[in-house]
Order: sequence, then structure tokens, then C-alpha cells
Amino acid sequence: MDPLRQSPSPSSSRASSPRTLSCERLGYVGIEAVLDQLKIKAMKMGFEFNIMVVGQSGLGKSTMVNTLFKSKIWKSTMPGLRVPMPQTLQLHSVTHVIEENGVKLKLTVTDTPGFGDQINNDKCWDPILGYINEQYERYLQEEILITRQRHIPDTRVHCCIYFVPPTGHCLRPLDLEFLQRLCRAVNVVPVIARADSLTIEEREAFRHRIQDDLKTHSIEVYPQKSFDEDVNDKILNSKIRERIPFAVVGADREHMVNGRCVLGRKTKWGIIEVENMAHCEFPLLRDLLIRSHLQDLKDITHNVHYENYRIIRLKESHALPQGPGWVNLAPAPPPAPTGTRASPGPAKMCRWAEDNSDEDF
Amino acid sequence: TAIGAMDKEYVGFAALPNQLHRKSVKKGFDFTLMVAGESGLGKSTLINSLFLTNLYEDRQIPEASARLTQTLTIERRGVEIEEGGIKVKLTVVDTPGFGDSVDCSDCWLPVVRFIEEQFEQYLRDESGLNRKNIQDSRVHCCLYFISPFGRGLRPLDVAFLRAVHEKVNIIPVIGKADALMPKETQALKQKIREQLKEEEINIYQFPECDSDEDEDFKRQDAEMKESIPFAVVGSCEVVRDGGPRPVRGRHYSWGTVEVENPHHCDFLNLRRMLVQTHLQDLKEVTHDLLYEGYRARCLQSLARPGARDRASRSKLSRQSATEIPLPMLPLADTEKLIREKDEELRRMQEMLEKMQAQMQLSQAQGEQSDAL
Repeated sequence: MDPLRQSPSPSSSRASSPRTLSCERLGYVGIEAVLDQLKIKAMKMGFEFNIMVVGQSGLGKSTMVNTLFKSKIWKSTMPGLRVPMPQTLQLHSVTHVIEENGVKLKLTVTDTPGFGDQINNDKCWDPILGYINEQYERYLQEEILITRQRHIPDTRVHCCIYFVPPTGHCLRPLDLEFLQRLCRAVNVVPVIARADSLTIEEREAFRHRIQDDLKTHSIEVYPQKSFDEDVNDKILNSKIRERIPFAVVGADREHMVNGRCVLGRKTKWGIIEVENMAHCEFPLLRDLLIRSHLQDLKDITHNVHYENYRIIRLKESHALPQGPGWVNLAPAPPPAPTGTRASPGPAKMCRWAEDNSDEDF
Repeated sequence: TAIGAMDKEYVGFAALPNQLHRKSVKKGFDFTLMVAGESGLGKSTLINSLFLTNLYEDRQIPEASARLTQTLTIERRGVEIEEGGIKVKLTVVDTPGFGDSVDCSDCWLPVVRFIEEQFEQYLRDESGLNRKNIQDSRVHCCLYFISPFGRGLRPLDVAFLRAVHEKVNIIPVIGKADALMPKETQALKQKIREQLKEEEINIYQFPECDSDEDEDFKRQDAEMKESIPFAVVGSCEVVRDGGPRPVRGRHYSWGTVEVENPHHCDFLNLRRMLVQTHLQDLKEVTHDLLYEGYRARCLQSLARPGARDRASRSKLSRQSATEIPLPMLPLADTEKLIREKDEELRRMQEMLEKMQAQMQLSQAQGEQSDAL
């Protein structure tokens, strides 16, 4: 056979494999300046980040948020203050705009006081799921308007931090029930709260038992294995997955240690430094949430959790209430009953969409 | 003479306490201690630390899926501790599964039932024929563990304490107290004391020390009373951290918590109070106050159910228990069998004694006739 004929060439009749051919560059074009443009735009617009903290009272949720963002987002309450324990689960959101090096972050933190504190905690996760779905619903309503806003305000929960009490044994039934339900709707990052009551060995044993429990019940916490996009992601995220749940300690008071001013808890037998990896894994949590995976959390919320919600809602779209500017996705009933277009429901809807697209093109 | 004078005045009953001491040593002590509280608060570790034993060696912590369907169980573990020639038969009653489920409504009822069953058992034994070897399985003290992470007592804590406070001596304890900074510990103790008063929960009251004790002792006693609920840390591991001597404690990367250091936690106070000074008092309060209360309630309700007016009630309390027939309360089958066998044994023993008495009598008569 003629060797020339075998090699694929642009003029051959056989379809060429979809390879992106790399061109030789004959000079500097300036494409990489796009990154700078993106950065400037982002800094002008600012970032939004919504997190939710869930756990029994006293596990250091408010303190942890303060420590994460190094600001007094919440006034952390000490035991003994006249804070009445709420009888039912209430959700409480607070929004702050924090700025660092010209980058503005609009941070919304939702607290869930009363979770798991009652004698009967059955269905105490329902208000939380309700809140999360409500935010998805709000975004969906904005998205399906004919005249949409330029920038839809994003109140969807990007990350839910679940505080596991440091019993040292394994996950409790309440933890399992909550995690099973919520991991399907939102990114959940479980942490071992108040980890300064566990020694290093106890933490490792506890962590392994929790990982086993999560695997047994097929609970996928963030970073989810099924959403790893490429090999690099897999390697990076596997390292994180080995250490989840992080054993964290929060503190918002500063103390002097060896001449440095550090955030920590001072006890009679030593000072627990929050940012010291030998003492606790707070730096890992902070790096995950803020320094490395913040955008990823938002992306997965938008591309996966929100889309799942949207699909479910659109399937039942005949039940959605009609607001101003509402686009009726359900097709109008046919003028004359014909045999061929009789099938009702979602199937019809899809076909209608297809018909539409045919007309467009 | 001087010696004679002394003899005249010295009767000799100053030696009674020694006799009591000798008898107690021979008899030995038995003590039943209940530990209750959510799992993961360091209960087992504390018991092991208090009595320097390893009661929980063979314990299996059930994994999460097993816990989903777990109900509260009552477990008894016994150990004999000997120190200085004195034997203590210690029974520890554990309540695994308490507070673990998603729905913990009424999860304290099995515990209340258990405590009452022990009283019931004692009541039957006391009213029975052979009272020589009554086994006292009543719960003398309940150590209730409060979480250091909560903002005081949780609704479940309050519900449990209200259900048992008239039936057992309660000593509230804050478990895993090394999670707290000193100020947090004080605030938490204060809050718990307020809540106990608000909810009218009667915990075990330490008796006032005698007015003729020395100041040091009084101060120590007052300090101890101030530190209730005790904030404890337990550990059976010995840490050698370069100090003068090895200590029992928990080793963290930022320091070591010493279990027996009064500045670190109240373990010493709890041990002193529970074991060294108030063991007998706990038993006495259980017998004189709590058991008597149960007995009176039980018998009154059996004799005249529904009697409401004061006159009849006061008449009842002066009635003796022999006039009130003890009804056959439903017992488990095996227990019934044991009771029946016990009855048989008692009857046989009585018959034996009767026969022995007869033999002795006939022997005496025979001797008499011989003499005659």
C-alpha cells in the first residue's frame, strides 16, 4: 500500500479524528490578557458566598465562622448568658461584606440554632432542606423570567458545614439521617467540632470510623468523588478526602505564644493554637473553603445541585404558580384532538421544545 | 488508787467504733453506682479511673447503623476491689443507648423502671421470712454526665433528672471537662446550678460538716460543695512528660491534662467525696430517705388506692405493713422460679432447724431421764 495514502490528510474522504491541532504561534497575540480582564471584572463585581452551619448548640459554630473569616460575623455566646434555647429549629441569616486586597466578598452565613437539641429530633432537618430548596426556587424564578436581571442575586447555599460532636465513637443516628438527606441537595463538609477534647490518636480512630460510616451509607460529602473532572482534580481531592472530616477548633481571642500573637484557647495546661497544624486541622478547612475550593463550591452548586432541583421542578411545571413575565413551558392544549399528539405531560413538553427549535432553525 | 479510780469511771464502750469497724471489714461493703448520660462523654473512662480497674475491657461500641435501631439497655458490671483489708463489691450500672436515637422521647423510662425494680426487690426481701442474706441491689448513687459542649442542661437532661431525682442520689458531673477553658467551666457550672434550682431538681446534698471540725476541713468541704457539678477528666494512661513523676493524664500536643491535679479538673474532689468520705452516707440516704419514700408510696397505694383525704392517709401511715397484704405483682418467669426455689430452701431450712431443735430437746429429755 502506498504509505502516503494511509496517513490521514485534511483532504482525505475519511472524517478526521476530533483532535485540536496546535498551531505554531508566529508572535505574541495577547490572549493571556483575558485572565487580567476577568480578574478586574470580578473585583469590580465582587464575589458572593453563602454558607450554612449546622450542628447542636455549643459545638462552636459561631466561633468557627468568626475564625474562618477573621471577623466578628457573630457574637459568639458563652454558656450562662441568658440566651433562651429555641423550642423549634429556626434559621437565622446574616450578611456581611468583607474586603481584602481590593477583593470584595459578600458573605452570607445561615445559622441553625435548635438543631438536634430537643428530646425528639425527628424531622428536624426538614426546615433546613426547605430553606435550601427555597433559595433554589428563588433563583429559578429569576432565571425563567423573560426579562432577566443582568446579575441574578445568588442566595443559594454553596456550602453546608456540618458539626459532628467529638464523642470519639462514630456517627450518631441523627448525623446519619441529616447527612444522607442533605448531601443530595447541597455540598456538605462535615467537621469534627471542638476537637481539642480528643488526642491525636483518638481523632484518627474517630475519623476512620466516620469515613467507614459514610461509605457504608453511600453518603458523598464534598469534594464528591463523582464530580472530579480530571486527573489533577482527582489527585488533589483524594488527598482532601483522606482527611475529611477535619478535626477543627475555633477561637476568636488572641494570645501571646513565643512572642507571636495567635488565635487560640488558653487552658491551664497549654494554649491551643487554632492555626497550628500540630494542634488542629483548622488551616485545612480554611484552605478548602476559601483559598482553594470556593469557586468550585459555587460551580458545583450551580451546575449540579441547582440543575437537579431545576429538572425536578420543570418536570412538575404544570403545578408552578404563574408570576409576571412567566414563560409557560407547558404546551397549550391542542385545538383539535388528533390521535398522534395525544400524550400528556412532560413528554409533550420536550417535544414542544424540539418543535420550537426546529422552527428557529 | 489511781488505777482503781479509772476503772470505776471507764465503762469501755469507747471501743465500740472499733468493733463496728471489725464487723464491717468482715462483712464487706457493697455499693451500686449508676452512670447515665449520652454516649461519648467519657463515662467508662471515668469509672475506670475512679476505681483503677478495667471494667469496660470487653466493650464493643456498636457502629452507626446498629445504633439506628438500638433501644436503651441496662447493663450491670461487677467488680471486687480490695484495699487495706477492706473489700468493696462494686456494681456499676450502665445505660448504653441513652440519648442516642433521633427520637429520645421517654428513653428514661427503662432506667426509672430499673431503679424501682431494685426497690421492689428489697421490699419483698425485707418483708420475707429469711432476712439474713438480703442482697442490696438498690442503686445508691447515679452519676449523671452533662455534656461540656451544651449551654447548660439540655431538655433531655432535665427530663431524665426530673424522672429520677426522687428515687436515687444524683451527682451531676460535667464529662470531658478538658474541652473547656477555666472561664467557660465556671459559667457552665453556674448555669447548671441555676437550672437545677429552676427545675426544682433535688440532687444529692452533702451533709454539713460538724461545727467542731477544724477550719481547714471546713474550707475544703465548702470548696468541694462549690465545685458541684464536678468537671471531670478521666484517664487510665500514664503520661511521662518529663515532670518529676509520671502522672495519669491525657497527652495533647499543646500540653498534658493531669487527672489528679485539682487545678486541671475536679476528679480528686469527686473521688474523695464519692469513695473516701460519703460512700456510707450515700447508702444511708438511699435506705433512710429514698427507699422509705418508695416503700411508703407503694404500700399506701396498695392498701387504699384512691384514698385522698388527709385523715385516712395519716391513719394509713400509722398502720403497720403486716396488715397490708402484698399483692402478687407480675414477675418474669425465671424470677418466679428463683423465688419459688428460694421459698423451698427457706422452708427446708426451717424444717431442719425445727428438727434440730427437737433433737436437742429429746437429747435434753433423754439426759434428764438418764439423770433421773
